[in-house]
Amino acid sequence: MSYYNEMYEGSRVREPYARLSQWVETMPADFRQMKQAEAEALFRRIGITFAVYGEGGDPDRLIPFDMMPRVFEQAEWRRLERGIKQRARALNAFLRDVYGRAEIVRAGRIPARLVYQNEAYEKAVVGVVPPRGVYSHIIGIDLVRTAKDQFYVLEDNCRTPSGVSYMLENREIMMRMFPGLFRGNRIEPVDQYPDLLRRTLESVAPAKCQDRPTCVILTPGHFNSAYYEHSFLANLMGVELVEGADLFVDGEFVFMRTTQGPKRVDVIYRRIDDPFLDPLCFRPDSMLGVPGLMDVYRSGGVSICSAPGAGVADDKAIYTFVPEMVRFYLGEEPLLQNVQTWTLWKDDDYRYVMENLPDLVVKEVHGSGGYGMLVGPKSTREEIEAFRAKIEANPGNYIAQPTLALSTCPTFVAEGLAPRHVDLRPYCLCGDRIELVPGGLTRVALREGSLVVNSSQGGGVKDTWVLSE
Amino acid sequence: MLSRTAANLFWMGRHLERADTAARLLDVGQRITLLPNTASGYQNEWNSLLQASGTATLFAKKYGEVSQENIEEFIFFDRQNPSSVLSCIEKAREAGRIVRTALTSQVWDALNVTYQDLRKLEKTPRGKLDTASLTDFTTSHTSTVRGAINATQLRNDGWHFMNLGYGLERADATARLLDVKYYVLLPRIEFVGSGLDTYQWQVILRALSAHRAYHWAYGGDITAGRVADFLILNGESPRSLITSLYEAVWNLEGIAKRYGETVPTTARDKAREVLGRLQAHDIDMIFDEGLHEFLTWFIGEIGTISTLVHEDYLLGGS
Repeated sequence: MSYYNEMYEGSRVREPYARLSQWVETMPADFRQMKQAEAEALFRRIGITFAVYGEGGDPDRLIPFDMMPRVFEQAEWRRLERGIKQRARALNAFLRDVYGRAEIVRAGRIPARLVYQNEAYEKAVVGVVPPRGVYSHIIGIDLVRTAKDQFYVLEDNCRTPSGVSYMLENREIMMRMFPGLFRGNRIEPVDQYPDLLRRTLESVAPAKCQDRPTCVILTPGHFNSAYYEHSFLANLMGVELVEGADLFVDGEFVFMRTTQGPKRVDVIYRRIDDPFLDPLCFRPDSMLGVPGLMDVYRSGGVSICSAPGAGVADDKAIYTFVPEMVRFYLGEEPLLQNVQTWTLWKDDDYRYVMENLPDLVVKEVHGSGGYGMLVGPKSTREEIEAFRAKIEANPGNYIAQPTLALSTCPTFVAEGLAPRHVDLRPYCLCGDRIELVPGGLTRVALREGSLVVNSSQGGGVKDTWVLSE
Repeated sequence: MLSRTAANLFWMGRHLERADTAARLLDVGQRITLLPNTASGYQNEWNSLLQASGTATLFAKKYGEVSQENIEEFIFFDRQNPSSVLSCIEKAREAGRIVRTALTSQVWDALNVTYQDLRKLEKTPRGKLDTASLTDFTTSHTSTVRGAINATQLRNDGWHFMNLGYGLERADATARLLDVKYYVLLPRIEFVGSGLDTYQWQVILRALSAHRAYHWAYGGDITAGRVADFLILNGESPRSLITSLYEAVWNLEGIAKRYGETVPTTARDKAREVLGRLQAHDIDMIFDEGLHEFLTWFIGEIGTISTLVHEDYLLGGS
């Protein structure tokens, strides 16, 4: 299989990488090692670490940071941006629809079963329209590239996509370590993201809120692996980082406990999952949420971002219908392509997948983080047969996709610069406007030949540049 | 400010000060046992020190026998002892981690380094550690954190809550140390004014790093009356009851001024009242009243102020 190299076309350096190429070629090896150590020390001091679930070991692990940036030229980015915004609009239109009249189901374009029997579908919010009709306010769309002009959407993240703190910190650290690079290249900034996020949240304050809205970030607490990101964002946005126990419901509003007494909260950017939001409405044993929160939400006393129930739009089974949503709600042709997907509950698809397992990638419908998946071409015969048995036991739980030729980007490894596979997660903000900072999180599979970029599976991160005109 | 944030800052201050006290306690005990003294050997002294920190029962249950190693382990490293240096530093660091964004990076660094170094110390074979180095470790690290707080933190309500924690804890600790000396270590009246008595006062002064300061302030001999005056009523003495309480009042006033009239001020009012009563005393009155009785009253009042701080600010008005 041949892979699109982001930097080289044969031996020729692609235009956006021209200056970088010079930088790399003149960099002495010992200087590179020194800088790499400096970057690591900076990350550790700032406190960006993450916990890997169920692996034991160092609880304060660092995500490996690669100093070689990934670069887009302005025109490439504009095209991507249009596609991402289009997709974000369609996803929110879909959510409005399925918690309302469900025209798309009535029209027979999406099977009712996939919507209403979906675990993420919240009956508790049927008929509740959040401010501006926005359900998902931060959408992380995972993209991969296979050719110069060929991008595919791997998945949509409509609930609480994480990783944006890496986008910001990667840039911060690159600027600190290599100011010269930024003077020589004209690189679009990303550090307006926290302000944009705050504005987005304020723009969806409930109608009952008369003054400037009070926004908070709701975290499960400091034991959560993404706690660093929660506190980082709260700090940059200038909003309080609260836990469930800091909030309480009184009458038709939500308040936080402050040293000056109760203070009303208008918008909650929650980083906890639906089932934990309100023990009176969802899981009664949840200690993370706020009793009575959903009643206040339903009566328009508080906004919750993303809205409860938004997860029904980013499920891997619903994913296959997103291009259909674009046509149905927007009357446009989708600008971003889906990866061809076989859904194993269909007989034809099932047969095809079972016959071609060694060539395919198979994923659990509700899985995430690179767990519970089979990468056929990278697996042994035993692994494939073991996975086949799991599929046979519950075909409806799986989808399959062709193994994509993910593009590679030069990456620093022990021997020097070598191509490694990358993906891209831009963060799209939806409020009164739809906005996107020029950049995103580039994840890189550090193991040679690996196609899995997840940090829990040995992935690293890179700074992502969009060059200005 | 979130009540939880304020509570974490308040308890961060208290636990740092408490770690400091634990280390000083160890030092007092160590020095007293070096004295060729009393009828019943050094066991009693240690026991009374443990009583001062309210952990004597726990120690007896877990270790039984009083030995230098057991005591060191218990006061310094034992996680089951909530007042051990390690327990306090761990709690302070955890509180700091939860409110990371309310701390400057210098304060966090100092706090985190203290914790990391302590973890290393914990793994050192005990035979290679001596009491003096453990005490020095603690006082120098807690001073670094304190210095970082004073040099870099914004002078906002969070700063007041941290310093309020320090102030109340310190007032409480000095009162308890004094009480140990007078009531427990030296129960028999004929010892008062004896050589043993004077030596023990010296030890207390040393433990509070106030030995030289005392001489600057009073000159001449160490007497019970002067030392008590120094540690209770002297406004220049950094760990005296009056100084510590004054700092608490000052911080409570800072908070009250910021928050205005809608927020209750029962803690400030109570602290002012206690300070007023302290100022109305002279040392003879205290001795006439009975030092132990006086200290018991004072420790109770500090407890009340701490409770009122919680009611006024840390419960969030619900």
